[in-house]
Amino acid sequence: MIGNIFAAVGRGVMGFFAELGRIVLLLIAVFRYVPSAFRSRRLVLEQMSVIGVSSLPLVLLVGSFTGAIAALQATNLFAKFNLLALARPFVGGSIATVVFTELSPVLTALVIAGRVGGSIAAQIGTMKVSEQIDALEMMAIHPDRYLAMPRVLAAMTMMPILIIFSNLVAILGAFFLVILKFNFTSVDYFISVRNFFSVTEILTGLLKSLTFGMATALIGCYVGFRTDGGAEGVGQSTVRSFTLSSAAILVLDAIFGYVL
Amino acid sequence: MIVIDNVYKSFGPKHVLRGVSMEIPDGKSTVIIGRSGTGKSVLLKLIVGLLQPDSGTITIDGRRVDLMDEKELYEMRRHVGYVFQGAALFDSMTVAENLVLGLYEHGERDTSLLNNEIRTNLVNVGLLPDPKSLSEDGFAKAYDILANKKPSELSGGMRKRVGVARALVGTPKYVFYDEPTTGLDPITSEQIDNLVCDLTHKLDVTSIVITHDIFSVYKVAHAVVMLEEGVIHFNGSPRQLQQSPDPVVQEFIERYAMTRTADALAPPVPPDK
Ligand SMILES: Nc1ncnc2c1ncn2[C@@H]1O[C@H](COP(=O)(O)OP(=O)(O)OP(=O)(O)O)[C@@H](O)[C@H]1O
Ligand SMILES: [Mg+2]
Repeated sequence: MIGNIFAAVGRGVMGFFAELGRIVLLLIAVFRYVPSAFRSRRLVLEQMSVIGVSSLPLVLLVGSFTGAIAALQATNLFAKFNLLALARPFVGGSIATVVFTELSPVLTALVIAGRVGGSIAAQIGTMKVSEQIDALEMMAIHPDRYLAMPRVLAAMTMMPILIIFSNLVAILGAFFLVILKFNFTSVDYFISVRNFFSVTEILTGLLKSLTFGMATALIGCYVGFRTDGGAEGVGQSTVRSFTLSSAAILVLDAIFGYVL
Repeated sequence: MIVIDNVYKSFGPKHVLRGVSMEIPDGKSTVIIGRSGTGKSVLLKLIVGLLQPDSGTITIDGRRVDLMDEKELYEMRRHVGYVFQGAALFDSMTVAENLVLGLYEHGERDTSLLNNEIRTNLVNVGLLPDPKSLSEDGFAKAYDILANKKPSELSGGMRKRVGVARALVGTPKYVFYDEPTTGLDPITSEQIDNLVCDLTHKLDVTSIVITHDIFSVYKVAHAVVMLEEGVIHFNGSPRQLQQSPDPVVQEFIERYAMTRTADALAPPVPPDK
């Protein structure tokens, strides 16, 4: 009984590391093809448009609410301890820090993991089960170059760009909330933002988001390539890709939090 | 020449091929028949290195496929056209893009050459009429309509034929057809069979054709191989197949001959009101 449990745990751990290893191998393969990105720029640009442009509305929506909710939480907290008057000069700055370094990169990445990661897995998974991947192989076109590299590269470049947009609308969302609900003046707010946020925080957020984008696209491709079992398999892959990439995003975020 | 020697292949507990050996001579058509699930498609994929055998060897033109690295595999595959059982068209691309993706990705940018490949091969599989039978404008129009369609806008039989056309682009030395006529009407089937024969006779192409259609067997085969339970049950000429006293072979022939006869005897469909 106990032995069985240990065996099961052991298998799980082994399975996890085997999977991780294969994902790293795919990453290496993708980077090996990065030099051919210029030649395949049509593919990369196409993916940048799919991943970036079409996700923008959703990112703006999530960003503005993230900002507003962060502002609400911050001001409520200060108000709870009757510190709002005292904290007034710091509210804008603390919102900016939280939004730039944590909320905007992580929440945006999670939304993109659902939207983009899921669709990458579904698309590549469909190609796998309908032998289109084999057909590429028969044309001597490597699927890692033709499918994975453009997606990973596009996600890595578009994610930070999306985060910049998300940061902007989040700060505006927070602004409107504190103006309307807590009678701040715009001067209060923006001076505080300017005084207390640092460029490093924004860069940290962007660096994080670059790795989140990479992880999302990489996992989407990995799961897609390993799909089998027809339409049902494709459905499972979509869910699996979202689950794995969300977990990866949170783990990466924790690692960043620890290291930086 | 392709030599398959004592090849085993299983998926998990399922032993699909259990010691298959055969030779496929150059410039001839070899037809593979056998019941559903006996590993015909698996055998074809093993030959081109899309799958790896568990044991045994596969040699193409004297070189071991099972030992090839990625680069050698890609080099070998550039001489092989492959018609997938489910057509396997790229569904994000148009018919034209499907046909010439391989050439394009390997650096061919000459538009007139690419167009010519698309045109010739779509005519060959009967998806476009013979250019001589139409005015130049009429042909150009038909071509434009078809070439810009996405696979999702085509019927199953049309997709299949685009798959055949795609395999023939660049006139490969070997063409492997996985059930090229399944699901096609008898007239189109015959057209595809004729195409296979033509390619073999005129261009010296080596073909392997998987089929369930006994009429295709008689039409195109120089040699027939029957897979049964993961081993080769019969290997000989179409004539030997027909005269074989083996009950499994006989049952196969009769069953399939019967389906065609039944089709022929079916009452004509009443015309639409
Ligand atoms: N990639 C795979 N993974 C697991 N099992 C597979 C795989 N490919 C084929 N098989 C199994 O191998 C067996 C043979 O499959 P194959 O596709 O070669 O049959 P076939 O002879 O081509 O049949 P059909 O005439 O129906 O096309 C089947 O039982 C199938 O389930
Ligand atoms: Mg098959």
